[in-house]
Amino acid sequence: MSPAEPPGRPGSGVPPGAARGGDRVGEDLNRALHGLLDDDSSVYVLGEDLLDPYGGAFKITKGLSTRFPDRVLTTPLSEGTIVGAASGLALAGGKAIAEIMFADFAALAFDQILNFASKSVTMYGARVPVPLVIRCPSGGHRGYGPTHSQSPQKHFIGIPGLSLFEMSPFHDNRAVLDRMLALREPCLFFEDKVLYTRRMYPPGVAEELFRWDLAGDVAVVRLDPGPAPAGDPSGCLDVPSGDLDYVVIVPGGLAHRALAAMRALLLDHDLAGVLLVPSRLYPFDPAPLLDLLGRAPLICVAEDGSAGGTWGGHVAADLHTRLWGRLRRPVKLVSSADSVIPTAAHLERDVLVQDGTIRRAVREGLDG
Amino acid sequence: MDRLSDDDLALLLLIRSFELKLLDLFERGELNGTTHTCLGQEYVPVSLRPLLREPDWVFSNHRGHGHYLARFGDPEGLLAEIMGRKGAVCEGVGGSQHLRRGRYLSTGVQGQSLPVAAGVALRLKRDEPGALACVHIGDGTWGEGAVYEALNLAQLWRLPLLVVVEHNGIAQSTPTALQMAGTIEDRARAFGIAHHHVDVFDLSRIRAGLAPLIDSLRADPRPLIVEFATHRLGPHSKGDDTRPSGFPRTDWYAAYQAAHPAQSARIEAEARARVDEIAADVSARPAATWTTA
Ligand SMILES: Cc1ncc(C[n+]2csc(CCOP(=O)(O)OP(=O)(O)O)c2C)c(N)n1
Repeated sequence: MSPAEPPGRPGSGVPPGAARGGDRVGEDLNRALHGLLDDDSSVYVLGEDLLDPYGGAFKITKGLSTRFPDRVLTTPLSEGTIVGAASGLALAGGKAIAEIMFADFAALAFDQILNFASKSVTMYGARVPVPLVIRCPSGGHRGYGPTHSQSPQKHFIGIPGLSLFEMSPFHDNRAVLDRMLALREPCLFFEDKVLYTRRMYPPGVAEELFRWDLAGDVAVVRLDPGPAPAGDPSGCLDVPSGDLDYVVIVPGGLAHRALAAMRALLLDHDLAGVLLVPSRLYPFDPAPLLDLLGRAPLICVAEDGSAGGTWGGHVAADLHTRLWGRLRRPVKLVSSADSVIPTAAHLERDVLVQDGTIRRAVREGLDG
Repeated sequence: MDRLSDDDLALLLLIRSFELKLLDLFERGELNGTTHTCLGQEYVPVSLRPLLREPDWVFSNHRGHGHYLARFGDPEGLLAEIMGRKGAVCEGVGGSQHLRRGRYLSTGVQGQSLPVAAGVALRLKRDEPGALACVHIGDGTWGEGAVYEALNLAQLWRLPLLVVVEHNGIAQSTPTALQMAGTIEDRARAFGIAHHHVDVFDLSRIRAGLAPLIDSLRADPRPLIVEFATHRLGPHSKGDDTRPSGFPRTDWYAAYQAAHPAQSARIEAEARARVDEIAADVSARPAATWTTA
């Protein structure tokens, strides 16, 4: 299966979720890259099959090579060298965005990421700036099978000098790109492929029932408290206890599934919860959220990575330590099964996290 | 063998004395960790020295003390780095195989620096035409896939990349014949990359052969592979030499000494005295502090 169709499910004209709301997430990211290259002549974009008219396997780099032919470079199939050369550009005073066609293939660049780019920031004694973003289209639900569907975030957790970010329908991509480059250390940016065709949530509104605001870099989605001063995010963490039966924490790729679960929990079970979607997955600092989390009857962390050694396990260990004595229940973890990701739609569905998986986990957690 | 200038010989013997001192310090338990000496290969970076310029980047490897000394002539900073003492170039964090100073950088993973050097060369080609990125690798490193990815990219994008291969016939304990099929020259040819063989010790002949090639690489960017046939005299790191006695290890210095005994004796005595003094000074310094940790 080639990923080269226009954004969206193969063959469908209008992708699901495109009915209302802001721009598509993929378009927002494409525009962010255009703006970045336009504003900063030291930025390069490197990756496989980036050139127009193809514009990248997922079209995220569309138009870039036409406007910036000197700085948008299509490469051979050489993931290690893409990341290595991008690191070289970053070391020599440039800024680099490398695209790995499918996040699974970041494994071929693991040495450059783990042993060179990340270590270079500190291993030479003085701090060395390495403004480098490695874009990794991740996740399943598209039938691409075991080697093109992983969410490999967990394999990159805990590497000194490396930050992990994830795209979401809440976070403006340009702001996230600017933030990653400003860190001046290598960042992996995970982009759940199913998000490319979904819409960005316009400020404040998430579906009809919910309202969202940013608390730091965390999108906080809660039951719409009714008329509130628009664009005033202060107090978005002061959720009244009546609206706080649980909290779900997810990376951006699960935002829609988590929202669907919240809607069902509300309508079918009268349970109201809060969804937290951080932009930066690692390091993740829950300090500003502790009051809210400490008051929640249940915390559930969900992710698409397979079971075992998960991001959620890492977050849960941290929360158990910080909230020991306040937590009413153990943090409930949801991940994909301990399995490769099958190709056939019905088999893939069984392995990956669905909205029903999150819904069930919250109910089990509260019952347990 | 032609007579060398005092300057060249002094640098060669500074590197030699430095490396011998390291082995001696290890022997006496005064060094921590590991090190790889370039004994026998000192002339490689010394021959390149006048051919490289300030804006050029140098990517060194595990066997890099000679590369560093030829570029900076700073045995104090290097020894302090290796001993983890005050004045260390990288505050003692990097150690022998992870050095960075300005446009000089080394890492301990074989083959890793070629793709990085290609990226640097791309930036130089655009922003500082005439500058190049020079990468030192050994023959064993040709087993790494990263080398081929980077060579492909460098030739495809016509990058000013000078790959210096120090072919010493062995990688750690494994002779080249047990790990390389074919030749480096044929591999270069497969990419359409120019290859130049150096099989003499004579600095002026090496430089005369290389100068026009490097000049044209600067004027008309593209990669160049220079393969030195050389010999590792010492152990791979320390006390780990398992080679049979018949294994070829010609020492350029033995031949030079025989041809120019008076100059050799004088300059060697100076170099050894200087290194002894530096070792005494650095050993007495307090431990390095990692200020940015
Ligand atoms: C990726 C990787 N594999 C293995 C090693 C361990 N190692 C260090 S040096 C070396 C031999 C390198 O041989 P060569 O490239 O011929 O250089 P030489 O040591 O002869 O100078 C090995 C195997 C390493 N540092 N990096």
